[in-house]
Amino acid sequence: MIHASHAPHAHAPTSISRVMWLVIAALVPATLFSIWLNGWPALLLWAVTVGSAVFAEFFCLRLAQRPAAPVLSDGSAVLTGWLLALSLPAWAPWWIGALGAFFAIVVVKQVFGGLGQNLFNPAMAARVMLLIAFPVELTTWVQPAPLFSADALSLSQSFALTFLGQMPSSFDALSGATTLGHIKTELTRDISVVQALAGHGQSMSASLFGLHGGSLGETAAMLLAAGGLALIALRVISWHIPLAVLAGVALPALLLHAHDPARYLDATTHLLSGGLILGAFFIATDPVTSPGTPRGQLIFGFGIGLLTWLIRTYGGYPEAVAFAVILMNALTPVIDRYVRPRIYGHASKAASKKGAAS
Amino acid sequence: MNILNHPIIRRTMVRWGVHPDARKQATSPQDIERLPLPAILHIPLLQHSGAPAKPVVSVGQHVLKGELLGARQGNISAPVHAPTSGTVVAISDYPAPHPSGLGVLSVSLEPDGEDRWIECAETDPFSLTPAQIAERVSAAGVVGMGGATFPSSVKMLLGQRSQVHTLLVNGSECEPYLSCDDRLMRERAAKIIEGIRIVLHAVGAKKALCGIENNKPAAIEAMRRAAAEVPAIEVIALPTRYPMGSDRQLIHVLTGQEVPSDGRSADVGVLVHNVGTLYAIQQAVRFGRPLISRVVTVAGGAVARPRNLEVLLGTPARLLVEHCGGLRETPARLLMGGPMMGLQLPSLDAPIIKGSSGILALGAHEIAKEQPSPCIRCGQCVSACPMNLMPFEMSANIRVGELDAVQGLKDCISCGSCSYVCPAHIPLSHYFDYAKGELTVRERGKLRQESIRQLTSARKTRLEQEAREKAEAAARRKAERERAKATAAQGKAS
Amino acid sequence: MIAVISLTALGVALGLGLGLAARFLRVEQDDGLASEIEAMLPGSQCGQCGFPGCGPAAAALASGNAPVTLCPPGGSALVRQLADKLGVEAVTSGMKESVPMLAVVEEELCIGCTKCFRVCPTDAIVGAPKQIHNVLREACTGCGKCVDVCPTMAVNMTPMPVTLQSWIWHKPAVAA
Repeated sequence: MIHASHAPHAHAPTSISRVMWLVIAALVPATLFSIWLNGWPALLLWAVTVGSAVFAEFFCLRLAQRPAAPVLSDGSAVLTGWLLALSLPAWAPWWIGALGAFFAIVVVKQVFGGLGQNLFNPAMAARVMLLIAFPVELTTWVQPAPLFSADALSLSQSFALTFLGQMPSSFDALSGATTLGHIKTELTRDISVVQALAGHGQSMSASLFGLHGGSLGETAAMLLAAGGLALIALRVISWHIPLAVLAGVALPALLLHAHDPARYLDATTHLLSGGLILGAFFIATDPVTSPGTPRGQLIFGFGIGLLTWLIRTYGGYPEAVAFAVILMNALTPVIDRYVRPRIYGHASKAASKKGAAS
Repeated sequence: MNILNHPIIRRTMVRWGVHPDARKQATSPQDIERLPLPAILHIPLLQHSGAPAKPVVSVGQHVLKGELLGARQGNISAPVHAPTSGTVVAISDYPAPHPSGLGVLSVSLEPDGEDRWIECAETDPFSLTPAQIAERVSAAGVVGMGGATFPSSVKMLLGQRSQVHTLLVNGSECEPYLSCDDRLMRERAAKIIEGIRIVLHAVGAKKALCGIENNKPAAIEAMRRAAAEVPAIEVIALPTRYPMGSDRQLIHVLTGQEVPSDGRSADVGVLVHNVGTLYAIQQAVRFGRPLISRVVTVAGGAVARPRNLEVLLGTPARLLVEHCGGLRETPARLLMGGPMMGLQLPSLDAPIIKGSSGILALGAHEIAKEQPSPCIRCGQCVSACPMNLMPFEMSANIRVGELDAVQGLKDCISCGSCSYVCPAHIPLSHYFDYAKGELTVRERGKLRQESIRQLTSARKTRLEQEAREKAEAAARRKAERERAKATAAQGKAS
Repeated sequence: MIAVISLTALGVALGLGLGLAARFLRVEQDDGLASEIEAMLPGSQCGQCGFPGCGPAAAALASGNAPVTLCPPGGSALVRQLADKLGVEAVTSGMKESVPMLAVVEEELCIGCTKCFRVCPTDAIVGAPKQIHNVLREACTGCGKCVDVCPTMAVNMTPMPVTLQSWIWHKPAVAA
């Protein structure tokens, strides 16, 4: 006998691929802006990274002799590659993107069992690996040279840069550090945050609109936030993690900046720099590696924010979102184990303890 | 916490559940229509939760409308009556309206066309004692008509015993497509209100709260008008949210109380009845009419002219669909009940029973058919679960056979909200029903093992006793023989 | 070099420790275990496991010479209990799909010889000499002893019928 179908017989109009492609769609404006801002090399790096991620996924599925088409079309590999690309410096050589994408898909995702099984966020784990293994390539930032502007690279120059590592001779702007990097360096030279910010010469509006150097996705804070809010409105992600991440950074920054403005950076700069907006809305919200309950998500998000602030302020690296995400990923199973909703009709744990004591 | 439990907050900001497309507009504007007398009825003797009724008629016997066909047996059971007058042509297994397609003992009745009632006199319900009312409800075979089919009289007796102060009237009808309760409230509000008053009288409750989802303004209006002169009854508009019609959710939204996990609604002083049940109670207590018909929504994309029908129990579902213009496309799925919790029917030959709120013939575009993919732990199921469970974790444990590690399985109400929202299309509530069944089987296995052990030791003692008796008898005989021998020897000697 | 020596030393020391632990801290398996297991078995001495009775079967289980799946009347519930007791993995897949069986007496063939109910280990067969015997569904363990002794082949083993009340949902057939 053919088995009967179990209820429910209706289903919400949703699927994993819809979720993934919506997230990708929300990334498109910020990505286009970044590519415009950073010129052809950014586009080439983005294409290489996304392409490598998809190829790596295909490669693993073939190795495991599983049908590739349905898995590839779910968009998760594209999204991983895309997020990784957005976290890399725009002018990084092609092999950085390719290596990172392979590491993310093969080692971090497929070795753990594929979609839904990985403990760590693949894009962030790959970024951390790259940062530790290739610090020079990962921290070489350029002053943005928007497409079609006077000092922009031509397409052929860009190919030479990305694929052959040939720096155009006319170009020597490889000095621009990110805001956070700059301040970190200056602080070690006993220069106060206020002076350092002034010396960096970057206005608040430039941060807001992303007209400064940095990784692909770290620059367009406004567009990223808009995409993230759209995802919340569409209920693709919930508000808990982004809000908690931002609060986790903003609260200590506010308090300590008020305490000593010369030593501690203000909250707004913290929120708008680094990959924080990207991390809060697009990376920390990765469902696979974040807790499943709203309360757990708040704890998880706040932890990421707090760790980010701690590492930025006291750690050795100027950028911290990737480390914070990876650390909290490791805590996710623990959070899911202990932070559970109270089941309807059951006494809360505290109440039942009280009851047992009395 | 107290602010969150304020009635206004509680009744507007519902945080659990899902919003399935209601699709009620095809049937809700049209009046209930009576289905003509069918040529044959197959009345299952098990239409309720509990023990099946025991047949009290024989093949060939002529019965009147409302005459007893099966008597209740056991504490939780309900009698079954003849829906019309006619001749019993068979008492045999007939396919049940159930996904298993298994047979269930049924009485097949050939109507004589006269539709002649047994004698039933009208009584003033409020001159009866609570015990008499419960007795009438029990004799009429009234069961919960929202789908749970728990015998109403048992619920009523429980309410009498445990000092229920509030009756909750469930008019939420949260399942998509269904509008039978909506129509009943619009057309027969006065009778439902009398049913409410009867139950209030029977269990000694002081007030009744009638919850109706706010997507049924006409029903709310009709019920408010009918209840205008009864201050004890308050009609409350509820947010439209599935599963509002689940007892435990309705109780929390209306009263702010949670039924303890291992308790019943009577434990928090409330009793929940569906509007259809209250209508049946009114008919049973005032007119002495047993439950022999019900309103059924016939709907779905494959049905030509969807509508609500009043149908005799035992009518094959096919006749309902034919009366609604037949099928305009091959249905992708046939259901009894709503799309969220309804059961798939093996065929349209299945009869209408007391708990059948709807017959749905869904088209291919209306059903879930995507293949499951791996869980991405997104937590949508956690947010949707009205019992605050963690479905993704539970199903992962069940999938690998760790049934003992599953937390909250007995709290799951099988509402299907988790499966409905799951972007990975994992059959979560199917996993839970499977696990519940499997645990029941294990429990039964343990009991069986226990009873086998007892039987074995009983046999052992029996055998030992028999052996002992045999030995004693043999010893006695031997002693007698010896004595006889001794006497003979003495006789010889003397 | 130091590394090699120290690792080797470490390996030897730990290996020695493990060996000693296995030798001196071994859980003694005595007759106590066997009798505990015997108490868990149905005790119907039906012999379906291939041992002469529940006692020898329990002894074999205790010494690890028999699989925990040996007892058909005990069903999967017993398998789990035994596996817990013995600390082994409960592999029910190796077991024949254990549908509970039921003895059924065919009325046309039964001559009322009483042989079956004399061998029934649970007194599940009722009847008197020269009368048709009947099987009590609740008491029958499905051991099949009655089938062996019936002179007219009137007793058959059939799977316990599934009813609406005993039917349960199958496990979702999903790879994911």
